[in-house]
Amino acid sequence: MIPLSSYVILSAVIFFIGVIGVVIRRTIIVVLLSIELMLNAVNINFVAFSHYLESITGQVFVFFTLTVAAAEVAVGLALLIAIYRNRKTVNVEELDVMKW
Amino acid sequence: MTPTIPMSSVVALLPEMIVAGFACLVLMFDLLLPRDKKDPLAWFSLAGVALAAFATWRIKYAEISAFADTFVVDPYSNFFKFIFYVIVLLVILLSRAYLKQDRIHLGEYYHFVLLVLTGMMVMVSATDLITVYMGLELVSVTLYIMAALKRYESRSTEAGLKYFILGSFSSAVLLYGMSIVYGVAGTTNLQGIGAYLNGAGPNPAATAGLIMMVVGLAFKVAAAPFHMWAPDVYEGSPTPITAFMSVGPKAAAFAVTLRVLIEAFGGLKSDWEVILTVVAVLTMFVGAVIAMVQTSLKRMLAYSSIGHAGYALIGVVVGDALGTFSVMYYLAVYAVMNLGAFGVMIMLRNAGLMGEEIDDLKGLSKNHPWAALFMLIFMFSLAGIPPTAGFIAKFYIFMSAVNAGYIWLAVVGALLAAVSAFYYIRVIVVMYFQEPDGEHVLTLNAGMKAALVFSVLFVLLLGVYPEPLVNYTQSAILNF
Repeated sequence: MIPLSSYVILSAVIFFIGVIGVVIRRTIIVVLLSIELMLNAVNINFVAFSHYLESITGQVFVFFTLTVAAAEVAVGLALLIAIYRNRKTVNVEELDVMKW
Repeated sequence: MTPTIPMSSVVALLPEMIVAGFACLVLMFDLLLPRDKKDPLAWFSLAGVALAAFATWRIKYAEISAFADTFVVDPYSNFFKFIFYVIVLLVILLSRAYLKQDRIHLGEYYHFVLLVLTGMMVMVSATDLITVYMGLELVSVTLYIMAALKRYESRSTEAGLKYFILGSFSSAVLLYGMSIVYGVAGTTNLQGIGAYLNGAGPNPAATAGLIMMVVGLAFKVAAAPFHMWAPDVYEGSPTPITAFMSVGPKAAAFAVTLRVLIEAFGGLKSDWEVILTVVAVLTMFVGAVIAMVQTSLKRMLAYSSIGHAGYALIGVVVGDALGTFSVMYYLAVYAVMNLGAFGVMIMLRNAGLMGEEIDDLKGLSKNHPWAALFMLIFMFSLAGIPPTAGFIAKFYIFMSAVNAGYIWLAVVGALLAAVSAFYYIRVIVVMYFQEPDGEHVLTLNAGMKAALVFSVLFVLLLGVYPEPLVNYTQSAILNF
């Protein structure tokens, strides 16, 4: 039996890998991947708590996050294509028409 | 046995279902209409909003808990729904001419507006972390697309992408906070979390979850130091969409913040009070000081909307009945006056002029005295100068702070409001005391006239006779 704390620590580690990825990586696609990592860290948390608490709500929540994450990534990739058509780049640092 | 949905739940969700249904119908009718002839969709959307408003009106003072306590209809949520109906009405009336000018008068635009409206309505009615999240994401994902609606222009797509990255990042942070709170309290129901935390005493894990949720929500209301996305996104998006983003989703995010903090985290008030006090002061400071050095009117209004979020946060920090009341009143007034200011800016947009710089307003009073007068009234109201509604709204915010013993917070707020009056008055000086560079050609139609006159009357009448809105707001505050 793996204790709950292992899952929570795993989830925290993945979440922070995601945060660091969003902050330091420059390619939008990797940024998108990092956001997915953050969301999946959340899912691990929910499922682990759901099992530990013997409550189904956490697993229901996971279905909602998965669905929303899919919708979000679809919009993100569409935006990526739109910006590539305009600028021929997918580098965050080159998106400087307006000052950050 | 097949599960059935009780009739009361259907009645509670009826306004949302009407708006979402009209959003889908808009997409279908869009196919039947030729390009450049999308006006009927505007009227059709408004009909949907009117129908939803009627459905909400019928349950104005009802208290219905629906769908296993994940969704609630109460006077509080209905108050915000009425604000949203007014916002959508004004935005649709103000946006048509601009969208045609920029060749983005698409059927999808109305679809998106109605979807955002649905999301905002779900947000204010949510009493469960799942529904909070779903409403928030429906609003956010739709707004990412709306920000990039001018997809052939790199400024607009850039705004969309920046909004997307920071928006989904903040959603993930919010969600992580929610997962911790669920782990601690064992439920995602706001009342359930509140009941658990009230009896539990100090709880570091719950505080960690709370902090992450507050950070996520602070991103959504564009409160400093989580405001970095707002100026760029507001500047890059098409102006009517900026106007919409700066009032509607902001009001909805405030409504959610209030409900979550008071119903679920009332027991941890000493924790969030401290965080939000710092955030409120920083937000007001950023809104007041950085706006001063802007040359773009649109960017200035973006910083001004950050500043206004700071004033509303004072009311959230206070967090009692009067504080809640002052936040709700402030958001209602702010929505209309800010839309009015953006409306004047939309009028300036024509074939030759973007109308987004402060210098574009030079000498407006000589060419178009009425437009200049309207802008003057909105600027006075945003600055909080009597006799406008903006003054009364700020007054209630500061009064609630003083009543609850946060005198220094009220003093800081009043000082920064005085500082920010500087840049609003600069706009007035440019309009009235500088010579025009040439003729201003206003883009104007009957709908815009109606929307602007409504906004001006709202701002002026509530400035001298605020009782009707005050009474209605008082009847709609959260239960304590």
